[in-house]
Amino acid sequence: MGTVSAERLSAIFVEVADTLVDEFDLFDFLHLLTDRASSLVGAAAAGLMLADEHGRLEFIAGSDENVRLVELFQLQNSQGPCLEAFRTGQSVINVDLAAATARWPLFAPRATAAGFRSVHAFPLRLRSQVIGALNVFGDTRGGNFDDADVPIMQALADVATIGLMQERAIRRSEALTEQLQGALNSRIVIEQAKGALAQIHNVTVDEAFNRIRAYARSNNRRLTEVAHLIVTDLPSLPGLAQP
Amino acid sequence: MDAWFHPVGAEAFEVMTSGGGADKHRAVVRGLIDRQPDHLDLLQRVCRAAVGALSACGAGISVMTADGTRGVSAASDPVSERIEELQFVLGEGPCLDAFASRRPVLTTDLTAAATYQWPVYAPAAQDGGVRAVFAFPLQVGAVRLGVIDIFRDRVGPLTDEELRTALGFAEVTVEALLDRQANGHLRDGDGAAVLGVGRRAELFQAQGMVMVQLGVSIGEALARIRAYAYAENLSLDDVARDVVNRRLRLDGDTE
Repeated sequence: MGTVSAERLSAIFVEVADTLVDEFDLFDFLHLLTDRASSLVGAAAAGLMLADEHGRLEFIAGSDENVRLVELFQLQNSQGPCLEAFRTGQSVINVDLAAATARWPLFAPRATAAGFRSVHAFPLRLRSQVIGALNVFGDTRGGNFDDADVPIMQALADVATIGLMQERAIRRSEALTEQLQGALNSRIVIEQAKGALAQIHNVTVDEAFNRIRAYARSNNRRLTEVAHLIVTDLPSLPGLAQP
Repeated sequence: MDAWFHPVGAEAFEVMTSGGGADKHRAVVRGLIDRQPDHLDLLQRVCRAAVGALSACGAGISVMTADGTRGVSAASDPVSERIEELQFVLGEGPCLDAFASRRPVLTTDLTAAATYQWPVYAPAAQDGGVRAVFAFPLQVGAVRLGVIDIFRDRVGPLTDEELRTALGFAEVTVEALLDRQANGHLRDGDGAAVLGVGRRAELFQAQGMVMVQLGVSIGEALARIRAYAYAENLSLDDVARDVVNRRLRLDGDTE
């Protein structure tokens, strides 16, 4: 890597900043961010994890949300690059998964089995705290982030933090807890909606998520709002109510 | 980039406590609730226990319907009952905001809140001796059951530990509301937590699936999955996985 053009980079940051205005949806924003994070460096997948009040990392958004990938995130409650970035506040880069079994006995083989060959993680930092991590999976061995890529990815992680904290004044330290708890609950709503739609349309939960996302995009609705309506008032979404 | 954002050096990082404490927390919270006098209603015991654990002057729980209508309620004492009630009379307050925004509303100083957030409620609560209010929604995703309010007679934040304890009270209360039983006692913590151990995507996906299978609300679906797990002596995680993998339907149909 290290081949990211300045033009491409600025276009991505402008696009991301553009979504941060007015009534933005946190999950639309985080999905965009993980999409762009992975495409920027030619990675196979990227995702975000946030810590709850017990310091447990929860998957919050990904460039892709297939079951195998989500499992890889969930596994990182006990071990893996996200947990390391979260605990140390330092980025983890260019780890060759084939050679990382000693470091992460559970995570590394599963990530390899899922088709990934390298992994990276960047802490989400807010003042003196680390609130989560941005995870990037590559399908090339060892990854090849160079010195120029690292600050770019860290900047995207910092932008994710800004998005998370944007909805309310962050000067109050209580706002952090309020935001994180709200985001974690919204994530649960999305999972409930995936389940409901998978049952109605008789598809997998992965496909259900794709349909929810596509519906939100084509109807210019917020992902979180669509997910909530699927669970609480499905008839109000005629395009989704029937398979 | 906003002025408040200042990346800091790695040495300054502090990390929240490690994840293993969640179970212990829930057990402690359950113990505190079960130690309250037997003749009290379960929600009242939760309120009393929360007051003790959080050095609060009072606590109140309002169970609400999706449109915010207040149903069952409980409080640690008559003064708190009145302050809790007041929000519904005045139509404003931390409890209503927490319910509407689906996240905690942590107000460390009601004097400040009086000027912009709750011009009527804040002075009235202060008259009742309350200086700070911490409101936590009782919810699991789209399932919204109500709010628990913690009242304090002094200004200032909850510590991180108190915050975890308060969230633990909210979680245990959600479980109690879902499992409401004749004897009003809490079920033993067996890892079948609503949000705690084993918080996994499948659990929430299964809730959505069962909701559709049974044609019930998402809240009812949660309660049915829990009831099934208890009755069959299975873990919630196992039930959820079978539902998501379409090996199990709670309506008895086969796929």
